[in-house]
Amino acid sequence: MNTLPQQLANGLLLGSMYGLIAIGYTMVYGIVQLINFAHGEIFMTGAFGALTVYAYILPHGTSMWAAVPLMLIGGAIVAVLVAVGAERFAYRPLRQAPRLAPLITAIGLSLALQEVVRNFYPGADKARSFPSLDTTHDLGAVTIKDADIFLIIAAIVCMSSLAYFVRKSRTGRAMQATAQDPDTAQLMGIDTNRIIVIAFAIGGLFAAVAAVSYGLKYGNVDYRMGFLMGLKAFTAAVLGGIGNIYGAMLGGVVLGIAETLASAYINNIPGMQQLGGQSWANVWAFCLLILVLLLRPQGLLGERVADRA
Amino acid sequence: MTALLEVEDLRVAYGKIEAVKGISFKVDAGEVVTLIGTNGAGKTTTLRTLSGLLKPTHGKITFDGKPLNGTPAHKIVALGLAHSPEGRHIFPRLTIEENLQLGAFLRKDKAGIDKDIQRAYDLFPILGERRKQAAGTLSGGEQQMLAMGRALMSQPKLLMLDEPSMGLSPIMMQKIMATIAELKSQGTTILLVEQNAQAALSLADQGHVMEVGRIVLSGTGEDLLHDESVRKAYLGED
Repeated sequence: MNTLPQQLANGLLLGSMYGLIAIGYTMVYGIVQLINFAHGEIFMTGAFGALTVYAYILPHGTSMWAAVPLMLIGGAIVAVLVAVGAERFAYRPLRQAPRLAPLITAIGLSLALQEVVRNFYPGADKARSFPSLDTTHDLGAVTIKDADIFLIIAAIVCMSSLAYFVRKSRTGRAMQATAQDPDTAQLMGIDTNRIIVIAFAIGGLFAAVAAVSYGLKYGNVDYRMGFLMGLKAFTAAVLGGIGNIYGAMLGGVVLGIAETLASAYINNIPGMQQLGGQSWANVWAFCLLILVLLLRPQGLLGERVADRA
Repeated sequence: MTALLEVEDLRVAYGKIEAVKGISFKVDAGEVVTLIGTNGAGKTTTLRTLSGLLKPTHGKITFDGKPLNGTPAHKIVALGLAHSPEGRHIFPRLTIEENLQLGAFLRKDKAGIDKDIQRAYDLFPILGERRKQAAGTLSGGEQQMLAMGRALMSQPKLLMLDEPSMGLSPIMMQKIMATIAELKSQGTTILLVEQNAQAALSLADQGHVMEVGRIVLSGTGEDLLHDESVRKAYLGED
């Protein structure tokens, strides 16, 4: 099915996944002004955490109704531990260092995580099959799989709880204060180190949810899966306005839809017949990033960077 | 009687540059003590060290009988030392009310917090009128009021005010100084850093003049106000 409603649904689903991962980039950036380029690999380790639960812990033939929640827990534990560990041991010692140092560390950490999984996780050097939810539902103009339903519900639940948490909870208020003025936040009695850990942990949690959705939807995972997904999610975060949690989700959805529509329809434009199809999707996604950086560098919902001198 | 705050031979350095070069002073409960001096004298550095944002390289700080050696900033507030920083530093994208609530971040008594927010609105009615407005939209003087109100929300034993009159119009400055006088009359203990020496010394029980990291002169507010060298250097007389 290649109808417009179907393409929009595909884009929305892909974009929700980008958005869930983008939260990790944007929350960490909002609080410590660090681009955690290892976040794609945190997403990847979440997928392997969930796979471990399914392949090595649960008995064969466990129903997916029971398996999926346990896989989510397993994935979340691994991704949160990796994210919090990265903060504690890789980034915190560099808190006062020039900005380039943590950035290079992030890239190194990203490679290290890939290699650890490739070398030590059985069969992870090639794609490992992940239990998928393939049952399809025909909704008239749109056909979706169970995995898609899981993804969209997960994204809505995660985003609305996060919005509520940040706005209404005491810790959420402390996060806003820390993002706006970390020194003054300490003067209020806020333990800003704890807030930073929480930001990394939420990023890890959301990445794990995205990772389980990814596995259920595509049916396999591999040690490199975090690279492109991470890069796209980072693009989504910048597109929406980095530092802004609503921007991350909006940026994800806009990017997902733009990429899907471009690869489906751009070859209908005279002279551009060669540029359609899935193989060009990444090109259009990154073209969009370049356009945004040129025309609206603060992103769709971003605040002016001059806000913080 | 022991002092509420006692600072002994405090030294603070930024890398190799020493900004505070061994100062000692104390603040008794109920007193207003002021540090005056020009830009770069080390006044703000002193306050930032007292509240834990900077680590001293040497010296002893005793607050309310407890040594503050390497205590992190967020724990010092809990001991009863509140700091209204230079340049106000209100949280611009939170509302006025949310800013005040953050001042009471460590308190659990909801009813008491609400009462104190009301007290802040009584002290500064303009804040009450704009309670739902983003704090970044306030004027400089209003932001100063908010910063002071926010610092008071932690029910401090000692309130440190850094340059509360900086950048304000003369009318607004008078208003802020009148508020400090009112807080003093209510028994609040205040450590006040000011460039406006005239205003600060008229309010203060004790004053210390700082020059390039050292205290060069100490006395009662009254004494310093009439001291010849202070009049020359800080009150614009020759």
